[in-house]
Amino acid sequence: MLAYIIQRVIRMLPQLILISILAFIIIQLPPGDIVTYQIRRLQASGVEVSEQQAQALMRQYGMDRPMYQRYLLWISNIVTRFEFGYSYTFEKPVAQVIMERMGYTFVIALAAAIFTWVVAIPIGIFAAVRQYSVADYIITFFTFVGLAVPAFFLAMIIMYIALSRFGIRVGGLFSPEYMVQPWSWGKFLNLLSNMWLPIILLGTGGVAGTIRTMRAMMLDELRKQYVTVARAKGLSELQVIMRYPVRLAINPIISGLMWLLPWLFSGGIILEIVLNLPTAGPALYSSLRQQDMYMAGAYILITGALTAISALFSDVMLAVSDPRIRFGGVEGA
Amino acid sequence: MSKTNFMQKWFVRRTQVKADETHEEEFYRAGQWQLVWWKFKRHKLAQMSMIVLAILYFIAIFAEFVSPHDPLRRYRDYLSYPPTKIHIRDVQGRFRTPFIYGAKMGRDPVTFRPVFEEDTSIIYPIGFFVRGDAYKFWGLFQTDVHLFGTGPENMPLFVMGTDTIGRDVLSRIFYGARISLSVGLVGIAISFVLGLVLGGISGFFGGVIDEIIQRIIEVITTLPTIPLWMALAAALPREWPQLRIYFATTLILSILGWTGLARTVRGRLLSMREEDFVLAAKLDGESEWAIITRYMIPGFLSYIIVSLTGSLPGMILGETSLSFLGIGLNPPTISWGVMLQDAQNIMNVAHYPWILWPVPVVVLAVLMFNFAGDGLRDAADPYIT
Repeated sequence: MLAYIIQRVIRMLPQLILISILAFIIIQLPPGDIVTYQIRRLQASGVEVSEQQAQALMRQYGMDRPMYQRYLLWISNIVTRFEFGYSYTFEKPVAQVIMERMGYTFVIALAAAIFTWVVAIPIGIFAAVRQYSVADYIITFFTFVGLAVPAFFLAMIIMYIALSRFGIRVGGLFSPEYMVQPWSWGKFLNLLSNMWLPIILLGTGGVAGTIRTMRAMMLDELRKQYVTVARAKGLSELQVIMRYPVRLAINPIISGLMWLLPWLFSGGIILEIVLNLPTAGPALYSSLRQQDMYMAGAYILITGALTAISALFSDVMLAVSDPRIRFGGVEGA
Repeated sequence: MSKTNFMQKWFVRRTQVKADETHEEEFYRAGQWQLVWWKFKRHKLAQMSMIVLAILYFIAIFAEFVSPHDPLRRYRDYLSYPPTKIHIRDVQGRFRTPFIYGAKMGRDPVTFRPVFEEDTSIIYPIGFFVRGDAYKFWGLFQTDVHLFGTGPENMPLFVMGTDTIGRDVLSRIFYGARISLSVGLVGIAISFVLGLVLGGISGFFGGVIDEIIQRIIEVITTLPTIPLWMALAAALPREWPQLRIYFATTLILSILGWTGLARTVRGRLLSMREEDFVLAAKLDGESEWAIITRYMIPGFLSYIIVSLTGSLPGMILGETSLSFLGIGLNPPTISWGVMLQDAQNIMNVAHYPWILWPVPVVVLAVLMFNFAGDGLRDAADPYIT
């Protein structure tokens, strides 16, 4: 077992290095760099920047060194000091900008994921048990529509209805009066009253897909002989369904849990932008609009690394549950 | 498709075929594409979707002719004009061919925003093949005939209203279809080439090359789609001409899409190497290249083309999202996403909800692609009869 895990970790390392190189390339893509920006800013505020000072700045950011050395500098700063670079849009280190916002991103995405499962799993089971009934057709129709309508479209329509019918401005996580206040009970309640909408909207994106997976898996299981056996034993229909096929059909969704981590980070960026939430996604967007790329590099590196680690976890979990993988009988799933 | 179900269907098919000798002969003589077509014809919903898609592409191709106005022309007297009501019954209660009334502009007493009212004393009938804004059809010849409208000098017809600077929304949706519906096609063409070539190399050479390509694919699949699209689109130089931005955008959208295809191609190549017909071809003295291109690829070509159509909706939504955020295409290019940039300001939407028209259009296109793709996938799968 340990040998398998070690082997799997070693296989992941080049993957992580490749991801970091890609992220670094993305940072270098747009013309212009942070030093020219700094110099322009200093000049705009009336400070004379001498050739010497410019050179000093260049050295400080390693601009005078070749590309691969700059990459090594960047990645070693990340690994040793957790420094992802400087965002000149926010005039703060990138790590700080992301950390400040991560809390909301996590809470909203986690709640959305729970909402997705609570809604989608029972509906998926129901649709499979009543295959080809009117209800099944209606559910199937809605899952198709759900897959075709991105969450940010829904958000725009709901914002429009709320504003034109009820005169309410939807969006943000706090009402204006609580925006800059320190934390209090009132602010917390205000947060809750604003948070349910992004949670539901983000969740609906996953609901349609999860219903379809659940329904398809259930249909496969329901046809198997053990279901007939369970019925023949005289179990009630509810017991037959809940005790055996559901437990098997839910498997891919449980293993999908592993992909939650990266999804938390990048799933609802556009929705968050439309709803104007104080989460990490909109911060990425506003820095991208200024072609301030360190934020994007950090984002892609973190999400990519999270995905790679999630894949590692799910492989290890699979190996734990399936000895054939552990002993190399089957290609790692 | 579970095994029992498959067996049942196969059995039913067999008995049907037994019952009808000529049908059986036809069935076994039919070519691959013929079989796909027969199976596709059974999918009513997918067929309907194909018809809708054909209409959408027809509109995109003949956008100049079918749209009633020039999509860039600003009607300064009709800023944010609501969708024109089309009547078939006049104030006297008589039925006539579809027509619209003239418009009177007033001001809202509270907000001072312009308010338009119908002027029932003037009637403008809607006609077909009327004269309107001049355009050069496909850049070939000058004309000013449009499919429908009210004709020059008359009250213009705005089926979906106008935007904040007085441009006709319907015409812009028609022109936008050109960009929005072609992004996906160009995108899958790029994915197709990348997937076929890289998957083919991987499966054909094997060894170290295979290992490297597989590792690269693994890395690409770990990258987050939307942040990567956003970062790459934002990094495009702002001063590039729109056409180049357009191609760069499609390239960005397809950069993540080819990996699944490459894996399929590789898997199929590897498993087909063991098949008897490949051995037979080898013994016949065919070259490796001929074996791959003439024996192996045709065996799964229909399958991969069809599975590629599944990635079209994602690309259409991708272009719409990026342009909506202002980091994909930008004015003066017209696409559904660019049109939605106006809707970023929610007050605009509240006062002029008709600027949201691109939303249902995008949803319709994506829905139709999903239905058609599903039907095609079932039809092209050789294991479902």
